[in-house]
Amino acid sequence: MSYIPADKLREEAQELINKIDFSALKPKDRLAIPMQEMPAQEPSVRAKNIQEVAIGYFEEQVKLEAERCLQCKNAPCIKGCPVAIDIPGFIKAAAEGDYQKSVNIIKRNSMLPAICGRVCPQETQCMAECTVGKSLKDMEKSVAIGRIERFVADWEREQGRMSLPEIAPATGKKVAIIGSGPAGLTAAADVRKAGHEVVLFEAFHKLGGVMIYGIPEFRLPKVILDKEIDNLLSMGVTIKKNFLVGRTRKLSDLIEKDGFDAAFVGTGAGLPNFMNIEGEGLVGVSSANEFLTRANLMKAYTPDKADTPIFTGKKTAVVGGGNVAMDAARMALRVGAEEVYVIYRRTEKEMPARREEIAHAKEEGITFLFLTNPKRIIGDKDGKVTGIECLKYELGEPDDSGRRKPVEIKGSEFILEMDSVIMALGNSSNPLISQTTPEINVNRWGNILADGDQKTSMERVYAGGDIVLGAATVILAMGEGRKAAESINKLLAE
Amino acid sequence: MSKVLKKTQLSRDVFQLVLEAPEIASERRAGQFVILQADSDYSERIPLTIADADEAAGSITVIFQVVGKSTLKLAQLDAGDVVENVLGPLGMPTHIEKVGTVVCVGGGIGVAPLHPIAQAMKKAGNRVIIIMGARTKELLILEDEMRAIADEFIVCTDDGSYGRKDLVTAPLKEICEKGGVDLAVAIGPAIMMKFCAETTRPFGVKTYASLNTIMVDGTGMCGGCRVTVGGKTKFVCVDGPEFNAHEVDFDNMMLRQRSYKPQEQEANHKCRLQQAVDELQEQK
Ligand SMILES: Cc1cc2nc3c(=O)[nH]c(=O)nc-3n(C[C@H](O)[C@H](O)[C@H](O)COP(=O)(O)OP(=O)(O)OC[C@H]3O[C@@H](n4cnc5c(N)ncnc54)[C@H](O)[C@@H]3O)c2cc1C
Ligand SMILES: Cc1cc2nc3c(=O)[nH]c(=O)nc-3n(C[C@H](O)[C@H](O)[C@H](O)COP(=O)(O)OP(=O)(O)OC[C@H]3O[C@@H](n4cnc5c(N)ncnc54)[C@H](O)[C@@H]3O)c2cc1C
Ligand code: SF4
Ligand code: FES
Repeated sequence: MSYIPADKLREEAQELINKIDFSALKPKDRLAIPMQEMPAQEPSVRAKNIQEVAIGYFEEQVKLEAERCLQCKNAPCIKGCPVAIDIPGFIKAAAEGDYQKSVNIIKRNSMLPAICGRVCPQETQCMAECTVGKSLKDMEKSVAIGRIERFVADWEREQGRMSLPEIAPATGKKVAIIGSGPAGLTAAADVRKAGHEVVLFEAFHKLGGVMIYGIPEFRLPKVILDKEIDNLLSMGVTIKKNFLVGRTRKLSDLIEKDGFDAAFVGTGAGLPNFMNIEGEGLVGVSSANEFLTRANLMKAYTPDKADTPIFTGKKTAVVGGGNVAMDAARMALRVGAEEVYVIYRRTEKEMPARREEIAHAKEEGITFLFLTNPKRIIGDKDGKVTGIECLKYELGEPDDSGRRKPVEIKGSEFILEMDSVIMALGNSSNPLISQTTPEINVNRWGNILADGDQKTSMERVYAGGDIVLGAATVILAMGEGRKAAESINKLLAE
Repeated sequence: MSKVLKKTQLSRDVFQLVLEAPEIASERRAGQFVILQADSDYSERIPLTIADADEAAGSITVIFQVVGKSTLKLAQLDAGDVVENVLGPLGMPTHIEKVGTVVCVGGGIGVAPLHPIAQAMKKAGNRVIIIMGARTKELLILEDEMRAIADEFIVCTDDGSYGRKDLVTAPLKEICEKGGVDLAVAIGPAIMMKFCAETTRPFGVKTYASLNTIMVDGTGMCGGCRVTVGGKTKFVCVDGPEFNAHEVDFDNMMLRQRSYKPQEQEANHKCRLQQAVDELQEQK
C-alpha cells in the first residue's frame, strides 16, 4: 500500500460511479469494482500532528464499496463477526443510501459502531471470511466492512440524530458496573435499559478504559468516545469516577452492605509485562501503558499546556508487535522522536497488530526490525538509556499457538544507539479485584473465571472483557459486557 | 471532586490541606495514600500520603512540600476551592501489630506519612521511639504531634540549628547498639532511607521503608512506580508503598526518581518556586 492523496481517491471514485450502471450489476461486475482505499492525511504531515490519520470514506466511495458486496445467502462474514452483526443487511442499506437504516441494523448487535469501525481487526474477523476476498484470491481485497460501518456511524453522529434507547420503568434494583472500558460501558447501557439503577465505578478521572488512555487520539478521536458517554449519562447511569473498587470500597461490601443486587467486573488487562532483562530499570525505559497514558490521558502531546512530563528522546525503540506497539511507536513520533524503531522477534506476517496500523506506521517512517529481540538495555553513569543490545532470531518449529517459534542465533548480538525504550509486550490482568475478593476464582494468569453466562464463582457477580479474556479486543469486550447484562437482567427479573 | 475545608502552612514550604472525602476517610488505614489532580485536563496526578482522617467529618488531611509545579498548584488553593480528582485510599496499609519497641525515623516531609504509622504503632501497645530530622530548624514539621506520641523523642538538624547536630542515622545507630529494638520504620528522602537500612542491617533489626517513586495511575496499570525489591520487580502503588528496606534497591530507585528531572526543571526553577511560595505567604 502506498499513499494516495484523499482528493485523488475521491476523483477516481466519482469517475467510476459515472461509468457504472448500478441497476444491473452481476457478481463479476461487483468483483471488478476496485476496493476503495481509506483516505488519510499525508504521512509526513500527520506524523507531526495528533489529528485522526484516517479521514473516512467519501460518500462516493461508500457507494462503490457497498456495491462490491455480493449479498451472499450464507453470509460467511457474519460468522467471522464476534457479535454477529447482519453485515450484508447493513451494507445493502448503505448501498441504497439509507444510512439511518444501515446504522440501525448495526446497533442491534453493537453499541459502539463508530468505535468498532475504527479499531476492530476486521482482517482477522469478518473480512477473513468474505467471499469477495476469496474470489479475488486476496483477503486484503475483501469488502471493507469496517470502513462502511464507520461511515454510517459517523453520518448519524454528524446529523446529531443519535436516538436514545427506551428505558423500562424503574425496578428498584441496583447494579454496580466496575470499569468503564467497552465491556463496562456496554453492560451499563444494557442493564440500565431494563430499568435497573446503574452505578458505574471507574478508577480514573475519565471514562473509556483503554479507549481513552491507550488508543491514541490520531486513531480514535476522543470526541467520538465522549459522545457515547454523553448518551450513557442521558440514559440516567450514575457515574462514580476516582473510585477504585477493592480499595475505595471492597466488592463484597458493595454487594453485602451497600445494597447492590448484582455487579459486573470489567476491569481490563491493565498490568504491563516487562522482559526482566538487564537495564529495564534505567531512566528512559517505560511501559507502553505509561507512555501512552502520559501522552493521551494526561495530554502530554500538548506540552505547552500539560503538566505531565514525557520522554521526548531523539531515538526511540519500541519492543513488541501488537497494536500497543504500533500506537506507542506512532505516538513517539508525534511527541518529538526523530527516529523510531519497532523491534519484534518474529516476522511481519506474525505481527498481531492490525494491518492498517502497520501500513500507516511504515508510511510515517517507522523502521521495523524483525526477527530481533533485546538482550539488555545499556545506560550511562547517570543511569540514562544510551542503547539497546539485540540478538537476531530465526523462525523454528511451530509452537502451541501454531506460530513458528523464534529461536536466537548465537553470537548475533549487535548494539543500537537509543535514548528511550518503550516496552509494549502486552498486558496481564490487573490483580486488585481478585486479591481483595477471595470469593472470585481466577486462572493461573490471573484472569477471572466466568461461565457461559459471564457469571463468576461469587454469587451475583459477573465479569467480562479483558479481565476474563486476557488482552483481547474492543468488540469482544463489548460482546461480553452485553452477554453479562443479559444474565444480570435475567437474574434480577426472577 | 473534593472541597478544600482548611489550609494551613506548616513551615516555609510545607502546607496542610484538609479535604472533603468521606469514602476515603472511612476506608483508609495508616500507610495508605491518595492521588490528587488539581484539574482533569492538564494537571499531573500526584501521590500524597493520607496524614490523618476524620471519619465523622468525612475529611482527610494531606501534608506536602512544594517541590514543583503540581505541589505549587495545590499550595495555591484555599478553603472553599476544589481539587477535581482525589483517588484512594491506595496501597497496602502498614501492618500494625504489637511487636515491642518500634523506632520511627522521619526525615523532612517524610514525617507527615510517618505520623499516622507512629500513632497506630503506639495504639497497638508498642513502645515508640521517634527520631525526626531536617536540614534546618524551620523545615521541621509536626514536632508537637510526634512528641506527644513518643516514649522517647530525638530531633536532629543537619546544621545544628535545633536539637542534635547530626544525621538521623547517628541516634538510630546508638539505639540499635543499646539493643531491644524490634522494628524500625524509616520514611524520608531515598538517600536517608537507604542509610537507615544500612544502619539497622548489622543489628538484624527488621526495617520498613515507605517508597516515594514517581506514579501516574496508582492502580498498577503503568509500571512507572516499579522498584526492585529482593531482586524482583514490584509496583509501589499496589504492592507497597512499604517494603522491607533491607531488600530495596535504593540506588536504582534514586535514579528513576530523577527520570523527568530535565522536564521538571524547565517547569520550575527552584528560585521561581520559592518566589511563588513567598508570594503566597505575603498574601496572607
Ligand atoms: C494501546 C492499545 C491499543 C489497542 N488497540 C486496539 C485496537 O485497535 N482494536 C481493538 O479491538 N482492541 C485494541 N486494544 C485492546 C482493547 O482496547 C481492549 O481489549 C479493550 O479495551 C478491553 O476492554 P475492557 O472493557 O475489558 O477493559 P479496559 O478497556 O481495560 O477498561 C477497564 C477499565 O476499568 C478500570 N478499572 C480497573 N480496575 C478497576 C477497579 N478496581 N475499580 C474501578 N475501575 C477499575 C480501568 O481504569 C479502565 O478504565 C488495544 C489496547 C491497547 C492497550
Ligand atoms: C506513596 C507516596 C506518598 C507520598 N507522600 C507524600 C507526602 O505525604 N507529602 C509530600 O510532600 N510528598 C509526598 N510524596 C511525593 C510527592 O508525590 C511529590 O513530591 C510530588 O509528586 C511532586 O510533584 P511536583 O509537580 O510538585 O514536582 P515535580 O516538579 O514534578 O518534581 C519534583 C520532585 O518530585 C519528584 N516527583 C515528581 N513527580 C512525582 C510523582 N508523581 N510521584 C512521586 N514523586 C514525584 C521528582 O522526582 C522530583 O524530584 C509521596 C510520593 C509517593 C509515591
Ligand atoms: S461475505 Fe463479503 S460479499 Fe458476502 S455478504 Fe459478507 S461482506 Fe458481502
Ligand atoms: S503508578 Fe502506575 S503502576 Fe503504580
